[in-house]
Amino acid sequence: MIAVIVLIVIVVVIVAVLAGMYNGLVKRRNQVDNSWSQIDVQLKRRHDLIPNLVEAVKDYMSYEQETLTAVTQARAAAIDAGKQGPQAVAEAENALTGTLKSLFAVAENYPDLKANQNVMQLQEELTSTENKIAFARQFYNDSVLTFNNKVQTFPSNLIAGMFNFTTRQFFEAPESDRAVPTVDLR
Amino acid sequence: MYEQIARNRRASWLLAGLVVAILAGLGFAIGYATMNGTSGGIGLLGVFGVVAIVWSIIGYYSGDKMILAVSGARRVTHAEEPQLYNVVEEMTIAAGLPQVPAVYVLDEASPNALATGRDPQHASIAVTRGLLDRLDREELQGVVAHEMSHIRNYDIRFETLVGILVGMIALIADFFLRWSFWGGMGRRRGGGNSGGDQAQAIFMVVALVLAILAPLAAYAVQFAVSRKREYLADATAVELTRNPLGLARALNRIAADTGKLKHANRATAHLYIANPLKKSKAVTGVFDTHPPISERIKILLEMAHVGPEALGGRPAGPEGAPAPSVEAGASGGPSGGATAQASPPRVPPPRIPGE
Repeated sequence: MIAVIVLIVIVVVIVAVLAGMYNGLVKRRNQVDNSWSQIDVQLKRRHDLIPNLVEAVKDYMSYEQETLTAVTQARAAAIDAGKQGPQAVAEAENALTGTLKSLFAVAENYPDLKANQNVMQLQEELTSTENKIAFARQFYNDSVLTFNNKVQTFPSNLIAGMFNFTTRQFFEAPESDRAVPTVDLR
Repeated sequence: MYEQIARNRRASWLLAGLVVAILAGLGFAIGYATMNGTSGGIGLLGVFGVVAIVWSIIGYYSGDKMILAVSGARRVTHAEEPQLYNVVEEMTIAAGLPQVPAVYVLDEASPNALATGRDPQHASIAVTRGLLDRLDREELQGVVAHEMSHIRNYDIRFETLVGILVGMIALIADFFLRWSFWGGMGRRRGGGNSGGDQAQAIFMVVALVLAILAPLAAYAVQFAVSRKREYLADATAVELTRNPLGLARALNRIAADTGKLKHANRATAHLYIANPLKKSKAVTGVFDTHPPISERIKILLEMAHVGPEALGGRPAGPEGAPAPSVEAGASGGPSGGATAQASPPRVPPPRIPGE
């Protein structure tokens, strides 16, 4: 009788521990998915802001067609990359960030432009969106790190293997981002 | 980092328990001394318990609104304060919180900020007009990150609850001391046998001593927690922005200001990022709500691996700062530049006080 009770208790404890691990994995995975969608929201917002910005500055910057075209093209490429997974998105979006940086650097040469209320507002929104992308990426990477640790370390890796939890990719800034061609006007 | 938050949380609950114990002891002693011995003590203990629970529930759900109301806070939208609102949104994302806190502005000239609420879904951040005028985007980000840390670490809930309990102890002790002065003595002499009288007399003394000491002990406990949490929130803020220098420069500007907040008082002082009543000194006392600001700046500078000279002047440009702040600074024209034009005279000599 006692043996049966002990056995039942042991089984219950094991099931509880396994269930806890499984739930932990699901929770982490949901966090990864959710933080990825956060990045997505901000990237979309940036895509939406850029046409307005280009529209607002193009009259002032008629001599900078090249820079403006680069931004527009990078935006189109980034939207295309949306279907190709984190790696492609990261590369395209980083390229877009680079072109925007050049645009703002060039804009420093146009005092009228900098005084324009509309442009200033757009620039604040874009700056903020850039930051939000960076912070969302930071949070996404932190979430991926904790999730991957759970998937790969003992004992939760046993559960992960059983229920097909696989590690996720980081949203990395590739080499090209570190070597963005900056226009130094100082 | 998460371990530290967990450990801090445990310590906080322990201290909250201590406050409750003080309250219970006070209730029992006063009850024993003024009413029918032990049963009176337990009776009053029960009454205090019920009142404490009801009071806490009311405070828990509306404490933040009261605090914002007495501080003179006005809620602002994205259209009114785009930069502040954006920075709050950025930090919400960095902290991975589910909802953007309500954003308030206090019409005060002295730079300061506070966070309140009960959990990340019901939280508010308020900054003063003076803070918006004097800080650039990067510094504002540091301050907002600090407040966001209070929200993420559930400091806001703890402060609300402990604030309620400590306030209650002070009120009861005060009430009892007045009562024993004016009415208590005469009534106590009326009846009862001599043995019970003696025990009651002893408990009267105990109650008086407790009534005097309990509020002091409660405040000491509350402020000890508050000081610890300021350090923790600074550290968490750096974890969010990855930019210790922004917050260090912001604190330096706040420290350079000597004005007091009109609407801050002893009951709300511990909620602010820096003591709004300005008794800043280099040594921490038991009744200080905040650690010395110079000490906080020193720790932040160590995190950034730079000396105090990094606080000086406007940064010419972002150098080697980590990702988010680079963008904030790189296109620094709009944000930094705009505030520079709009703001009244900048705080002139940025230096670390007390060094």
